[in-house]
Amino acid sequence: MCLSVPGRVVSIDGMTAVVDFWGVRRQVQLHIVDEPVAPGDYVLNHVGFAVRRIDPSEVAKTLALFEELMAGGSDDLLAAEIHAQLGGDDA
Amino acid sequence: MPDATERLEFRNRDQALRLSERLAQVVARIGRPLAVMHVCGTHEQAIARFGLRGLLPADLDVVMGPGCPVCVTDQPEVDEGVALVRQGVRLATYADMLRVPGTAGSLADARAAGGKIDVVYSIVQAVELARRSTEEIVFFATGFETTAVTTAAVLSGPVPPNFSVLSAHKYIPPAMEIIAETPGCRMEGFLAAGHAATITGWGVFEPFVARHKLPVVVAGFEPLDILAGLIALCEAILAGRQEVINCFPRCVSRDGNRVALDALWRVFRPIGGRWRGIAHVPDGNLRLRDTFSHVDARSRFTIDLASLWEFAPPSLTAACICGDILAGRLTPVDCALFGNRCTPSDPVGACMVSTEGSCRIWHDYGGRNRSGETL
Ligand code: SF4
Repeated sequence: MCLSVPGRVVSIDGMTAVVDFWGVRRQVQLHIVDEPVAPGDYVLNHVGFAVRRIDPSEVAKTLALFEELMAGGSDDLLAAEIHAQLGGDDA
Repeated sequence: MPDATERLEFRNRDQALRLSERLAQVVARIGRPLAVMHVCGTHEQAIARFGLRGLLPADLDVVMGPGCPVCVTDQPEVDEGVALVRQGVRLATYADMLRVPGTAGSLADARAAGGKIDVVYSIVQAVELARRSTEEIVFFATGFETTAVTTAAVLSGPVPPNFSVLSAHKYIPPAMEIIAETPGCRMEGFLAAGHAATITGWGVFEPFVARHKLPVVVAGFEPLDILAGLIALCEAILAGRQEVINCFPRCVSRDGNRVALDALWRVFRPIGGRWRGIAHVPDGNLRLRDTFSHVDARSRFTIDLASLWEFAPPSLTAACICGDILAGRLTPVDCALFGNRCTPSDPVGACMVSTEGSCRIWHDYGGRNRSGETL
């Protein structure tokens, strides 16, 4: 019951939205989502309630974050090798 | 829209491998074995389901903490539900709660004995049930703050007169305090649950970091989210930085969801209480405020717990080490009952019941033994 799943809003009627979960449609309540939600938006859902509108720009930021973390590797790989060769630690 | 984001699934295998290489580098630079704790059943599920343990460096022990709300629900709370059912009250609850053992059996046992229990996916369905019925309907409400806000939302509006709530909701931040304060705690950092933080905001962990001088990383639930979160956590440990890092910005802000938080604290108050295995957690339980006593099953009914005392606790449960597992001291393979006397179809302890419980997850997907080998 802990699971929260993202889905895309199809339509809205009052405080109830129909949300598409990759093919499965369910009714979702909008009482506690803290931003206006419109059809086409992604929302994070938990036991029948939308708890967060997922900003598309944040999705892009997440991908950028992964890239950054992966890219961090090459520099430090070199540094790690040098440290290993010196047999020391930079601390 | 790019492929990776189409379903908001962040599971690309190449990226996962690259992230795990990066993680191995950071752990190698730390240069000694270390342990961190995640506080979320969904994290454990993703780690097991996507085989992430096999991608983790041998020196990094990722311990599952008290992150499954079903597992930490203690016997007295299950007993309250069972007692109400035995008194003839109709109960609605989430499927996970049915088989959690209480003093005198589980809700499933009470149902087999003729008790009226409805399994619902959402509190909204329980309200519907009450609307269509003249019977008293009690919703046995469990889950952490993410779930508690949905209970709060419903109780903030009009509900049928025959509807009430038995709250076993829990609040995570105080439980992290208890773990960190445990003498000899070997955790060097925490991976906080992204969904709970969606509600509370990451700012809620700042006092924790200041008090315990440990880094906290808020992470999402996709495999890449978890790996990225672990890298950020290990980098902070390496650099000796004690701070809150938000690796789940697509859902978590500093202040969280104000609308949900307002509803949460309008309806609930935190009180101390026992969590299974963690002992007493100050402010860890959420109970209805007095202004909501008219919808509080504890005010509405006399719950006759004494009626259960004649039943001795099942003898096998004495050997269950769920508590030590939830506190991060032991792992499922340390339990003599694991996989033989205790299985998902015939669970002894709560950790084998829920799909978010560590014993259940290790049973279904495998875990990692003491010497770091993937099972
Ligand atoms: S395997 Fe079963 S008995 Fe052993 S700790 Fe886990 S839930 Fe308890």
